[in-house]
Amino acid sequence: MKFHWFVVPFSAGLIFLILYLIILYTKWIVKLPKSDKKILSGTVFSSKIFNIVWEIFSEALLHIRIFRKNVLLGYMHSSFAFGWFLLIVTGAIETQLFASKPINHLYEPIFFKFFNTTAPNNSLHKAFAFLMDLWLLYVLSGIFLALSKRFYSRIMGLKKTTQLYWTDQIALISLWLIFPLRLLAESSTTATYQNGSFLTNTAGIYLEQHFNISNMSIYLWWAYSIDLLIFFGLLPFSRYMHIPTEIVLIALRHAGFKTKNEINSFSQIEIHSCSSCGICIDACQLQSVTNRNNMVPTYLFQKERYGKVLKPDLYNCLFCGRCEEACPVNISIINIKLARRKERLLKSKQNYQYLSKIQPTSTTTEILYFAGCMSHLTPSITRSMIKIFEHLNISYYFLDKDDTICCGRPLMLAGKIQDAQKLIEKNTDLIKASKAKIMITSCPICYKIFNEEYNLPVKVMHHSQWLSESLTDCNKLKLNQSAKTAVYHDPCDLGRGSNIYDEPRNVLKQLLNVIDKKAIQKEKSLCCGGSLADFYLNENDRVKIARNAYVQLINDEDYLITSCPLCKKTFQKVADKPVLDIAEIIVYNLS
Amino acid sequence: MNSDVLVIGGGIAGIEAATNLYLLGYSVTLVEQESELGGHVAQWNKLFPNYKNAHQIIQTLLQQLPGDITILRSTKIIHLSEKDRLFSVNLSNNSTITTKTILIATGYDLFDARLKEEYGYKIYDNVITSAELESLLRQNKPILTKQGKEPSRIGFVHCVGSRDRKINNLYCSKVCCVTAVKQAIEIRQKLPFCEAYCFYMDLRMYGLNFEELYNESQEKYGVTFIRGRLSEASETIDGKLILKVEDTLLGRPLKMTIDMLVLMVGMVPSKGTNFLIKELGLHINNGHFIASNDEHLRANHTNKHGIFVAGSASSPKTIDDTLADARSAAMAIHQFFKNSKL
Repeated sequence: MKFHWFVVPFSAGLIFLILYLIILYTKWIVKLPKSDKKILSGTVFSSKIFNIVWEIFSEALLHIRIFRKNVLLGYMHSSFAFGWFLLIVTGAIETQLFASKPINHLYEPIFFKFFNTTAPNNSLHKAFAFLMDLWLLYVLSGIFLALSKRFYSRIMGLKKTTQLYWTDQIALISLWLIFPLRLLAESSTTATYQNGSFLTNTAGIYLEQHFNISNMSIYLWWAYSIDLLIFFGLLPFSRYMHIPTEIVLIALRHAGFKTKNEINSFSQIEIHSCSSCGICIDACQLQSVTNRNNMVPTYLFQKERYGKVLKPDLYNCLFCGRCEEACPVNISIINIKLARRKERLLKSKQNYQYLSKIQPTSTTTEILYFAGCMSHLTPSITRSMIKIFEHLNISYYFLDKDDTICCGRPLMLAGKIQDAQKLIEKNTDLIKASKAKIMITSCPICYKIFNEEYNLPVKVMHHSQWLSESLTDCNKLKLNQSAKTAVYHDPCDLGRGSNIYDEPRNVLKQLLNVIDKKAIQKEKSLCCGGSLADFYLNENDRVKIARNAYVQLINDEDYLITSCPLCKKTFQKVADKPVLDIAEIIVYNLS
Repeated sequence: MNSDVLVIGGGIAGIEAATNLYLLGYSVTLVEQESELGGHVAQWNKLFPNYKNAHQIIQTLLQQLPGDITILRSTKIIHLSEKDRLFSVNLSNNSTITTKTILIATGYDLFDARLKEEYGYKIYDNVITSAELESLLRQNKPILTKQGKEPSRIGFVHCVGSRDRKINNLYCSKVCCVTAVKQAIEIRQKLPFCEAYCFYMDLRMYGLNFEELYNESQEKYGVTFIRGRLSEASETIDGKLILKVEDTLLGRPLKMTIDMLVLMVGMVPSKGTNFLIKELGLHINNGHFIASNDEHLRANHTNKHGIFVAGSASSPKTIDDTLADARSAAMAIHQFFKNSKL
């Protein structure tokens, strides 16, 4: 039996890690909501399994989403994950093929060169030795990049990188040391036996000449093993917990789990899958414009794991969704934050007696128009919509013309789910009393909640969708093309929130020259800063965010066009060009 | 062209400061972008609280203005630069002035009421600003709705663009409350059958005779005051306006139909003030106006050596405050010259 006492730390660390993870994951899976658990067994024996395996390969190992963000950053992340994976797999095969005894110990592949000192003598063995050196070099190159990222993150497309918690820092150092120590330990053995390949053999010769490394060989193997123990021991208590947890997350997500109204053990899996990569830092406008850190997901999840989440960490957030869009692990950040808000405010304290005074009107029109409170504060939008209805001779019923009831989303964003429910029920009654088939709203905030929380017998459309349809539909709307230029701003709740990007553009293209600003449009659109979700942001900082977004959107174009009354109002405060809703620009161009 | 002091802005602050600086013995150049001196006050009709004619004030100030002062009308500042404690200022008439000190008296602009879109200015027919109403009164034009009818109900909305978190102006513009009271009285005098309503948060009647005017407006003229901010206005088919207000004294929502709405627009830093803030790198205060070096002791000093401020370029001010501030600025510049022995 091949044994040396230095293998004990490594083996102990690995056994501890495996046992710890098994116990923790079992606990989490047992605690998953009962209703959702049924879908688990169905997933294992379905074609979903291929998707799961592919996503684990492409995201947990290769990190393709990070590659898309920045090639160097992707390379860095993949070199650690995929490089180490290749070392383990190739090492295991190598041990099976070339170890002198058939028994393959837990630790033998890790310390292969120490225990198998015969130099490779056939081409297959040489090829394996070569591959092992190549993979080691791959990982080492990643460490070099990781080190440079700590000093100058901009080369990897990051303006800022995460400030680490102390356990993360120690785990980080132990991780970075694993591979240089492995190189040194292997080189110290190859210096005597020449049982390595291009990297370890060469390093062995060089280090032997200058430092007599073969004398230190056993200490280096000890150091390598102890460092692995430190890393494995710290892994469950540091950000590196994301390595095994992301695999579980991918599997459960494909099975159909998601975080919705409460923090359950699936949410815990999501939270622990955050690698603190820091990509969300630059995405967050509260960070980049107003220099706040506490709501940035990488820091919020740090607090979720090691500390205490405070009220501002949850309530000082625009809910714009830019972080979620940027997140390479696709953690449902917004839902987690929202669920945490809901936990804090369960009981309704408000008086909703006034609701009973509003009586449903039975109407016969096919179209309902629900402007929304924000649109009532921007009467130019509602008036434009009414003009368009009249222009097309459409009979409609203006549902919230006088007795406006809020759609409930502001309450929902505050976490006041019971309060929101009262408004949702009342609005549902009012809508159901009509015989309408389509309900058009001018507000993306309302649109989102109508789609997500209401169960309505009508088709809900944002007015940009309906306008786009009316334009394509046998040319119902006839418009004049103007030579003016415009930039379209995607509102958070309509774009990232509801995936409506093309309809407003289809409309605008027929009216004027739409200038693209790809870096800050569609999924990457900026928040105007007016968000109803933020309860801590002062007006000065809101103006700063709006100004920062506006100067990026408009250079010398004639209009800034959006399709949200709140975006419109917010941008107007800082704009030197007209800020118009899509409905207004249509009225300008009606022929 | 050389001078000791360049006064930028020919409103009442600029005129008063220029006069006093000349009397103290300095050579003064006064630059005004418009063709006439007088600024905002020249556009006004009657002044609170005693209905004094605004025109008289301007006339008196201009009469006192010494003829030796160089006055450049219809002239704008293009660029300013500093070298060896001397400022060289390029003007739109292609000349350059070299000056030892600059006094900024560029004042305010009226708040753009379109930013409170929920009030419907420039959207609804019968929503006007306090400045537009004053202009009607000054020209003695009839006060009619767009539909050509005499209004039977007029509403005045206080604090439009002032003390409003939503548009990030937290300061009080100081003149609007009492102007609303004055204008409501004038409406009642001119149109005895027209009701006048003021919608206010609280009334800031701090000046001498302001409270008397407020009492008189209720006792003698029957102006109605409703404590509550207008939340939104909408228009009926015949051009009337429906106001949604919360009456915070009665604690209930209120809906009211009126014929005409007057928005008491507040003050914001003028375009000229903002230009100079940028051009000279001046600090700004919480209201986005030019910040004083010390609000008590060096109210007319800015963060830049040799650059002073007078009037409502540093914060909203009444006419009385502006004139006092202009004289104080003249003294500050006088001290500056004495201390630096230039």
